[in-house]
Amino acid sequence: MIAGYILRRLAFLPLTLLLVAFATFIVLRLTGNPVDIFLDINRTPEQVEALTKRLHLDQPLPVQFLIFLGDLLHGDFGESLQFTGSAAVVVWERVGATLQLAGTALALAVVLGVLGGLICAVWRDRAADAVISSIAIAGQSMPSFWLGLLLIEFFALQLRWLPTSGYGDLKHLVLPAVTLATILLPNFVLITRTAILELMGEQFVVTGRSKGMSRPRVLVTHILPNAINPVLSFLGIQLGHLMAGSIITETIFAWPGVGRLLINSISHRDVPVVEAAVFFIATAIALANLLVDVLQMLIDPRIRRA
Amino acid sequence: MKKRGWFGERFKIAVGGSLVALVVLAAIFAPLIAPWDPYQQDLMARLKPGFWSPNAVPGHLLGTDNYGRDLLSRLIYGSRLSILVGVSSMLLSALIGSVAGVIAGLRGGATEQAIMRFADAQMAFPDILLAILMVAALGGNALNLILVLGISRWMVYARIVFGLTRTLRQRPFVEAATLYGGGDGYIMRRHILPQVMPVLIVVATLQVAQMILQETALSFLGLGIPPPAATWGNILAEGSTRLFIAPWIANLAGLAIIALVWGVNMLGNGLREHYDPRMVGQ
Repeated sequence: MIAGYILRRLAFLPLTLLLVAFATFIVLRLTGNPVDIFLDINRTPEQVEALTKRLHLDQPLPVQFLIFLGDLLHGDFGESLQFTGSAAVVVWERVGATLQLAGTALALAVVLGVLGGLICAVWRDRAADAVISSIAIAGQSMPSFWLGLLLIEFFALQLRWLPTSGYGDLKHLVLPAVTLATILLPNFVLITRTAILELMGEQFVVTGRSKGMSRPRVLVTHILPNAINPVLSFLGIQLGHLMAGSIITETIFAWPGVGRLLINSISHRDVPVVEAAVFFIATAIALANLLVDVLQMLIDPRIRRA
Repeated sequence: MKKRGWFGERFKIAVGGSLVALVVLAAIFAPLIAPWDPYQQDLMARLKPGFWSPNAVPGHLLGTDNYGRDLLSRLIYGSRLSILVGVSSMLLSALIGSVAGVIAGLRGGATEQAIMRFADAQMAFPDILLAILMVAALGGNALNLILVLGISRWMVYARIVFGLTRTLRQRPFVEAATLYGGGDGYIMRRHILPQVMPVLIVVATLQVAQMILQETALSFLGLGIPPPAATWGNILAEGSTRLFIAPWIANLAGLAIIALVWGVNMLGNGLREHYDPRMVGQ
């Protein structure tokens, strides 16, 4: 049954991706001619013609879109305009860096966020709750790029403990990962707190307590397993947020990932790379969402039946 | 429910509201209170720190930037664009979203499916990616930013209004109005919107904070209103390249952003508790 569900969801995937392809295509092709922007003032007519042909700009728009879709099916986004090699390969070479950053940040945010939310819920309305909740709410107002800059000022420029930017060993990962994790952390604290507080009023919790189970035991056996699902579905919603934060964090710390490549390619009008990068991000989010849904079904039989 | 202390809705509305009112007043009366023209350069007084430092130049309370422009004046003028873009894009997305949500809720069937599935599909696409693509294509100016941000968040309102409309549709007063021959537009104006308004006000207030953050993020990425325009995102982006010699530029712009966004968030949370005491626990 789960296999059937996965298959049905996978069948919807091409539809989502088709929408993404269409939106990217329209936005990038209908506005501004990449030939004008990419070639400099000393261009020759032969260069213009060659680039126009290479991007199929001499064809009518519907034909351009069909050619684009056909190439897409082969995983071919065309050659990058600012790097040598195909756009897909250019993007693919940076996927590792993005996954490393996003993965570390997500793990940090989930572990610390769930822990913080748990503390807030267990000691509700006490000092710990007030402090952690208030910080979380303030954190939601923090512009992520400013947080990154503050961390650079303090840990890289003042204390000189960590490099300001770049890519390489573990030292380079610390500041970007902390910045990106802090973008997500407040939300995870608040959602975990709410989820656990809601469960504390449930009948199976009251029953457990009235049977004489201790508070910690009820927490571990009844509340925590049930809190996994709301947190997981929230995680699914946050994936878009994670990628958005990753774009900004990579730009601040000169992290060689897909997000920075995307911003860089937009300013250079490297259309094939922009398309490939947007496509990669949208696919990654769609697949990750699917994974979250399947995980939820595996964990919670109630969802399987619904 | 436990009695809450001083950190209640009145406090939140008062503090958040005053903070927001202060920034709005500064934005409106910017020409009167800003000590300098925000675009006037003084290359002899570049990158001077503010009142906290012995190297301060008299007359520049918060120091100057790389072109010797007065930072305080630039921040005061910057509030204009942040508020303009934040509020206008909120109004646009609230308008699109509520109309779409009410129509989906009242009509049901294929209309509902079309509108709500489209909203779902857009939800799955990171809004900043859409905004980045559209600004990159259309170019960054205030009008485009408002359009882009407005379109990127309409689903938030559509989902909430849709849910509320669907439950309201079955209530006797709506059924009676339908029986008397009231059209969709009439029912929406007279019966649905007044009921949805409190929730809409709360969501809209909190969304203004999100919009302001998005706008500054886009400016920071070089996709907002291009320099030399005095926007908080631009000031922060310019300051970020001179962190070592003039950290106050980026920090003061960041402080301005966080103060306004925090104020809006406080106000929104206070309003939420005011309109719906049941939500306090959340």
